[in-house]
Parts: sequence; C-alpha cells; structure tokens
Amino acid sequence: MSYIIDRRLNDKHKSTVNRQRFLRRYRKHIRDAVNDAVNRRSIRDMEQGERISIPQKDLSEPVFHHGQGGQRSIVHPGNREFSQGDRFKRPDGGGGQGSGDGDASNQGEGEDEFAFQIDKQEFLNFLFEDLELPNLVKRHLEGAQVFKTRHGGIVSQGMPAKINIVRSMRQASMRRRALTAATRRRIRDLKTEREALLDEEQSPQRQARLQELNELIERLERRVERIPYLDTVDLRFNHHVKEPVPVSRAVMFCIMDVSGSMNQNMKDLAKRFFLLLYLFLQRNYDKIEVVFIRHHTSAKEVSEEEFFYSRETGGTIVSSALKLARDIIDERYPVNEWNIYAAQASDGDNWNDDSPACAKLIEEELLPKLQYFSYVEVMPRAHQALWDHYERIMERHPAAFSMAEIDEPGEIYPVFRQLFKKRMES
Amino acid sequence: MAYLSEGSDWNFELLADYDAAIADLAHNTFGLDTYPNQIEVISSEQMMDAYSSVGMPVGYNHWSFGKQFVEVEGRYRRGQMGLAYEIVINSDPCIAYLMEENSITMQALVIAHASYGHNSFFKGNYLFQTWTDASSIIDYLVFARNYIAECEQRHGVTAVEETLDSCHALMNYGVDRYKRPSPVSAVEERRRQRDREEALQKQVSELWRTFPELQPAIKTREAPSTFPAEPQENLLYFLEKNAPLLQPWQREIIRIVRKMAQYFYPQRQTKVMNEGWACLWHYTLINALYDEGKVTDGFMLEFLQSHSQVIYQPPFDASFYSGMNPYAIGFNMFQDIRRICENPDDEDREWFPEIAGSDWLETVKFAMQSFKDESFIQQFLSPKMIRHFKLFQISDDDRNDYVEVGAIHNEQGYRRVRESLAEQYNLSIQEPNIQIVSANIHGDRALTLRHQRSAGRPLDDHSADEVLRHLHRLWQFDVHLESVENGSVVQRYSMPPAPQAKTET
Repeated sequence: MSYIIDRRLNDKHKSTVNRQRFLRRYRKHIRDAVNDAVNRRSIRDMEQGERISIPQKDLSEPVFHHGQGGQRSIVHPGNREFSQGDRFKRPDGGGGQGSGDGDASNQGEGEDEFAFQIDKQEFLNFLFEDLELPNLVKRHLEGAQVFKTRHGGIVSQGMPAKINIVRSMRQASMRRRALTAATRRRIRDLKTEREALLDEEQSPQRQARLQELNELIERLERRVERIPYLDTVDLRFNHHVKEPVPVSRAVMFCIMDVSGSMNQNMKDLAKRFFLLLYLFLQRNYDKIEVVFIRHHTSAKEVSEEEFFYSRETGGTIVSSALKLARDIIDERYPVNEWNIYAAQASDGDNWNDDSPACAKLIEEELLPKLQYFSYVEVMPRAHQALWDHYERIMERHPAAFSMAEIDEPGEIYPVFRQLFKKRMES
Repeated sequence: MAYLSEGSDWNFELLADYDAAIADLAHNTFGLDTYPNQIEVISSEQMMDAYSSVGMPVGYNHWSFGKQFVEVEGRYRRGQMGLAYEIVINSDPCIAYLMEENSITMQALVIAHASYGHNSFFKGNYLFQTWTDASSIIDYLVFARNYIAECEQRHGVTAVEETLDSCHALMNYGVDRYKRPSPVSAVEERRRQRDREEALQKQVSELWRTFPELQPAIKTREAPSTFPAEPQENLLYFLEKNAPLLQPWQREIIRIVRKMAQYFYPQRQTKVMNEGWACLWHYTLINALYDEGKVTDGFMLEFLQSHSQVIYQPPFDASFYSGMNPYAIGFNMFQDIRRICENPDDEDREWFPEIAGSDWLETVKFAMQSFKDESFIQQFLSPKMIRHFKLFQISDDDRNDYVEVGAIHNEQGYRRVRESLAEQYNLSIQEPNIQIVSANIHGDRALTLRHQRSAGRPLDDHSADEVLRHLHRLWQFDVHLESVENGSVVQRYSMPPAPQAKTET
C-alpha cells in the first residue's frame, strides 16, 4: 500500500532559517569579504551579490579522528601492476591514499576555502550594517502622489456592492425590537388578563370583556406584523477611505573638485565614496535624486557621466560650488519637502581667500537646510585653510557636519562607516 | 502484455501504476517485507532542503545545516553536482522523495530502489530493528524541533547554538555500542521531559554535594574510589547525567543529539549493505518488469545506463577516485551471493559450503537481516569479487619510509584483502577509541578521558583540541585526554591547556 503525495507546492525555503543562522555566525568573515569587494569593484557593479570565501578551518565542525601516522591498512580497487611485496615511496600528503575512508571527511574534500554566494540584498545589508543616516526625520506628506485605501468603518450610505449584510441585519433586528417593544408588552399583559378571565365563571361581562380583549390582541398583533422586516434606514455599508502615503524623498548633492590638482586617481576615490553614499541613501529613501556639481573656479551642474569622466583644469574656488548648491536647493528642492544631503570631495586645495567664505556659506546658508554635510579630503598633501575652517564648523555642528580624510582605496569604506556609524541620540 | 507507459513523461496515475506493478513483484514474487510507502514528489529546491537537513523531513535549526545548504546550493547552481535522485527516510510509513525533473524511468528506478529496496532493509536489518523505532521517529523529530525552538526563546539563540555545537562535536560518541537502547517515543518524551528535568537536576546536585554530612545516608556509605566505576564510552550520555553545572534544558538538548546519533548509528554501519541491497532490488525488480513485457526497450536502456553509472567503481588511480563505492561493492556482492546459490563452481563450494546451491532468495535475505558492513564483507566477499574489483591491500607503517603492497587478488591474498576491507568498515576501528575513565568528584572536578591507541595511530591534534574545548564547555571544569599506547600515556591534551603545553605552542 503506497501513498503518492504531491509536495511540490509546499514551502521551498525550509532552509532559510538555517542559512541565516549560518550567515549570522560568520558575519565577521562575510563583512571582511564585503569590505574587500567594495574596494575592488568598479562603480557600476556595486549592486550585485558577492562570492564569499571562508577558510575551511574556521568552519570546521571538529570531531575526534585519527591523524597521520601509525600502522594502517587500506584496500583499493583496480590493481594493474602490483604484486605482493611491492614497495614504493609513500605519496605526499596522503590525500588520495592516506587518510582512509570515513574518518577524515573534513579534510578529504581538499578544498581550502568554503565559498558561497550572497545575493544583492544581503550584500548591501552587510555593507551598511550598523550604519544609519543622521537626522533622518523629515517625512513629507505629499497629497497628489500615492494613496493607500484603508478600511474606514461603517456608514449608512453607500453603493449596493458594499452592503455589510451582518451589520444591516443587526440594525434591522434592533429596530424591530425597539419599535415593537411597547406593543408586545401590551399584548403580553392582555394575554395574561385573558388567561385569568378564562378561569373565571362564565358571565355576560366576562364574554364581553373576552371579546374586547381578543379584538385588541388581534389588532396589536397586526400592528407588530406591519413593522417592516428590513428597512432602508437599516442598511449599512462598508466604507473605505483613501489616505495619502507619506513619501520620504531625498536629494543628494555630490560636489567634486575637478581642478587641475585632482588627478584621475583622486577622482576615482571620490567617485567610490559618492557611490557608497548613493547606495546607502537608496536603502533609506523610496525616492532619491542626485545632483552632480563639479567645480574648478566656477561650478556647473552636470550629468553623472560628465561628473565622473570629463577632464578639466584650472584653479579652485570651492565657494562657487556651494553657492550653486544653495541656488539649486532654493529653486528646486523646498526644504520642507526634501531631505537634503551633501557630500563634498576635494583635495583641499582652495584659494586661501575663499576658505572663510566657504565656511560662512556652509554654516549660515547650507547647514540650516541640510540633513547632513560630509566632506572628504582625498589624498591631501597637507591640510590647508579649507580643512581648518571646516574643522571649526564640525566642532560647532557635530550632528550635521562631518569630515574625514582618505589616502588610499582601502580607507574609503572605513571612513564611510565612521561618517555614518550609528550614534546614540544625545 | 501492454506496456505501462511509453515515452519519458510521468504523471501521478503512471507513478501509481508503476508502484503497483513493482509492489506486486516485490511482495508476491520476491516476498520482501516492507513498511507502507509514502512517496512524495518534490522540486529540486525542496530536494536541496532535504539534503541539508540530513534527509530529515523536520529538523531543529542550526547553522551547520545552513552551511550544508549553502554548499549544496552553490555547487548545484554552478553545475558541479547533480542532486541525488532520491532520499529515503527510515520511518513508518517509509518516506521516499522523488524529484519532479526525473523521467518516468528514473521515477520507477527510485521507487524500486528506495520504496522497496531501502524500505525492506530498514524493516529487516537487525541493527535498524535494535537501534531505531521507525514508527516514532517523525514524532520525535517534531518534539526535538519544538523543544529547541522553545529553548531558543527562553535562553537565546546563541546559548542554544553553543550547546548544540558542543553536542555535535561529540555526536559520534553518543551511542551505546553494546547496550540495547530504549526506542525513542515522542509521546513519552513529552510526558517525561518535565519530570526528568527536575529529577536529573536533583540527582546531579546529590552527586556534587559539597557537604555530605548533611545527608546521613551518604555519610555511612563508603565513597567509591573512582567515578565512574567503569569507563564510559557514551560521552554524551555521561555528560547528560553527570555534568555538574548544566541547566536542565542543556541536558535535554544533549539527549536530543544523543537520540539523533542513535538513530543514524545503524546507517553509518550499513552503507555498503543498505545501498547494495537497494541496488540489487531495483535491478531485480525492473528486470522482472521487463521480463513481464511491461516496460519498453527504451525504458530499459535508460535504466541500464543510470544503473551502471551508479554502480561504477573507478580504479584507484583515476583522478575522481574517492575510495570504494558502496553501491558498487554492495550490489556486486549481493549479485554474487545469488550466483553462488544458483550456479556455484568448485571455488564457491570450497569457500561457501553452507550457501552454495541453496535458495538464493532465502540467502540474500538472511545476509541482509543479520549482518552489518564489516561482518557482511568478512562473511561474503568471495575470491571472485576480489578478482572482479582487482582489490589490493596496502600496508602503511609510519616507521618505514615506504608503503608496501600486502596482498593482491591471488590465492595467498584473498583472506588478507577481505579482512582488511572488512576492517575498513568497522566503525570501532575507524573511529578513535575514547572513553571517560574518571571524574574527580572529590577534588577539582577534572574529567579524564582515555584514548586507547590501536596500531599506533595517533589522534589528530588540532581536532582533538577543538573537541576538548567543546567538551570543556559542557563539563565546565578541567578536561584531560590521555592517549595511551601499551599501557603508558603517550600524549596528553588538556583544556584549559596545561602550562607546559602552553610553552610548546
């Protein structure tokens, strides 16, 4: 007797929990691998899964087993040329011949690395683990965009398709009871009286009274019956309301110095930093716009392609870019609707006269509008006036302003982590 | 007679038809005794799930299963491995999984192999009868899963995971090899589990009582000079009952792992026989179907092709050689027993006087029921088989700088090859012999284990240290492991490491 069962529709992901346990246990390894990947990858393929390798020895589930050495005897199939008593050199390592069957499965595999794939989502999760956006507050309610229909209670008017039958019948039943209560009480009283009369001796008065009572009861019962079973006033309808869904939107200003002193290498570093920031914001906001501003002595809003790849030379006036950012904000991104982030990358070279102006611009005009301003200085030869002025801003606005220095590709991710690490709310 | 089907597609009616035809042959013609079958059709993803939970339909959650899953998934996706055609579970009813991707031929093969071959092995073999209770295993697994999930809620995932890690490290030492265990039953488990927690804790507290004078009964008794009185081979059992500081729930988890070890113990000892028996029956049953004219020639060709893949034994010098293929050796040995019964020659009469010329069906069933791999090979590996596989035995002695061919497939070598191959399947030789010899209950509570070296084979240092670490986590006081050869201690491992050992590292 056999039962044949189709289980194909059952849950496929029975191992999900175990898989997560596994990732959780080796999160340190995975994070290291993710770290490496960030520094190795080009800007375009950041949003992919990653192949993670963990040294086999870190993963081992140890059991007691025999080590090399001692006397052992092994049987193999497929003898062609050996005869009894043949001697030959012990093969190295003992991989194929040595450790025997069954007891050394951990080593028999011969793989040094245990490799597996994590998907894009998991990759980003590990990438941005423990990070958060500072001042993530604004959630703008914007009427015209997205609505969510939500149950809005019961109403007495509506279209037939939305009748709530249970509630309508309940209403009808209540109404009938309420309207007939007095009459039914009356009928009950009259009936009791009639019962009593019937027990009495017969007499003309009694007959007359009985007659009267019967008529009265009949009239009252007719009145009860005339109450409609279901009336228009009983009808109840399900109600739905449309609610606007709050959208969180963010705009990010990428400001990069493209003056002659920034070489391709430096730009590359800056680019990676911007990319991380972009990915990170993307996880936090449904809608995100990016504004690319590059500057030498004058600033210009450009496309992504142009931002990263076109070459320019010239001197450096940082304040030009900041001014442009301010103008764009005023023009296109009302502060009450957008979360605004800005990231600036530069080698720190600036006209000395310009640096105080920059500081003033940031502190007075930009910071009040921004959620966060981060500044990275790429491979500076020595810190100049700009750095000093910015440092003062950081002291005064530690929550909204931060700065760091990147000297080599390996530092980007740590610096990024440091800039966005979770901080305790003060 | 009409064919059951033509073409390679399958549907549920066809599966039922094939199952009925195979069942008829298995039960009525060949007299196989089986549990009822539950055949489940699953997709390849589900097969991967089943793989990574060691084939159990329900299992508790642990990262090691996740690791296995990740590995299987990765290799399957990259095309480095195919999935097994089937997984079968020793339960009543016997659950077999079929993969939906397979053709009808493969499904029929798997039904014959798993649902009648393995199934009758589970029901008939003495080890399975002694060590497992097929009717209650699923219930027990459900109990275990729920209990461990509950522990995770009460004590945190990490604490439970650590305990499980330690138990898994000692899993191979969680079996009473010589005592018959009581079968596991979920209903009883649940009923007894709470009482046990309390009783056990009480018993342990008694054992570790610091002030025995408060207990007049104990005072009068002579304290035993050593504890335990005899060496204990079941490390997990000893820890469950005697580890001083474990929480009741931790003891229960040890017990669960111990029960799982016990459940899998027969399978580890009957790889060759179990697979050989299943191959014998898929081969015999499908051929019988063909003889009855129920399957087409095309069906047979496909069948024979996968059959011969399964039972292929690569020679030792092939690049993909990874030891003896249990399917190959098992199938060929059972076929050989049949041959000895049906067409014995002089050599067989000399080597197997009791079975030569006897009823083959009776003989293979007897062999299936009463042996495990080691004794099966020792008893039934014939010279013809040794010649067939061209087996040779290598002696590897670390005192020499060469290895020596000890025996080959000739008159002088048969017995030695056979003995050596049998030994290769003897778990008590393949696994280091480690027992608990003393727990210092009156002193520092140190636990001492003894590794009895055989043939001078040492323990693998690294893994020994690692396992001791786990042992220490459960015992929570010093743990020592002495490796003993010819009555003297050759090597000592300690956790935490002894001071002199520290200087070495």
